[in-house]
Amino acid sequence: MSDTWITIAVLAVCTLIIKASGPLALGGRSLPDHVSSVTRLVAPALLASLVVYETLSADGTGLTADARLAGLGAAAVVLALRLPMMAAVVAAAAATALARTLA
Amino acid sequence: MDQPNDIPAGIRAGLPLVLPTLALGVSFGVLAKPVMGSVAPIVMSVIVFSGAAQFAALSVLAAGGGPLAAIVAGLLLNLRFLPMGFAVAPALRGRPLARAAQGQALVDASFAIASRQDGSFDREILLGATIPQAAAWIGGTMIGALAGSVFGDPRSIGLDGVFLAFYLSLLVGEVNDRRTLLAAGLGALITLALMPFAPPGVPVVAAALAALLGLRGSRP
Repeated sequence: MSDTWITIAVLAVCTLIIKASGPLALGGRSLPDHVSSVTRLVAPALLASLVVYETLSADGTGLTADARLAGLGAAAVVLALRLPMMAAVVAAAAATALARTLA
Repeated sequence: MDQPNDIPAGIRAGLPLVLPTLALGVSFGVLAKPVMGSVAPIVMSVIVFSGAAQFAALSVLAAGGGPLAAIVAGLLLNLRFLPMGFAVAPALRGRPLARAAQGQALVDASFAIASRQDGSFDREILLGATIPQAAAWIGGTMIGALAGSVFGDPRSIGLDGVFLAFYLSLLVGEVNDRRTLLAAGLGALITLALMPFAPPGVPVVAAALAALLGLRGSRP
């Protein structure tokens, strides 16, 4: 099986188990406080990491930014103006394409 | 007590998010095709059905990372469904297997739409709102993976920038106090520090360690 199919199969099964865990647990008890205080921080940590990971690339000597940095900036401005996600997505694509054309 | 709702009310509540989800689905299909082929991205959208995790796994695979790093990156993002599942559990009905099946309807959008002011959840809205989400996400992936070539080079129209906007908008929704801000900052720092020398995907997985901040002096 290729890397792609292994990734898809394992992700699908584990996601199913994760989503089923809460509803299967009896009586709708909640997670212990110390567990939920960690799990609720996983998403913000990972998302911030992905933003960095997708904007910069390592080239052996250090980190370089490419046209996607312009896209990130545009999305940040749009989100700061409290416009919907769709506007941020369009702005990011447009700014990335534009920066790539100019580079 | 809120008025009881029905599934069609949930479907209507989910409609405003159809267009952005469709656009993300198309982006995912277009970007995944060169890495995974045409069929795998569609299968993935059907059985994994989680935008953030799929984009994360794709980022790792596209950067040359192995399946383990891709799986871990995707799963860590999907860990958020664990506390979300416990939160909605009291609203679900039926035998354990039926409740587990209803739990599969959990996605970010439906979770947000179905939450009531008092912290409880509306089962019909949750189940209903997921229907247009699934149609848009899977349909968008099909369009991107099968007809993506009509869009030309995805990079020339900036489709790879879509990832960033999606992550950033989810991040803005997640960061709502000092702790989440601190975790986000530390996650970004860990990634920055590891990127120059760690293998692809590892800097993202390692960033999850920032969540251990939650163990420190848990305040209410």
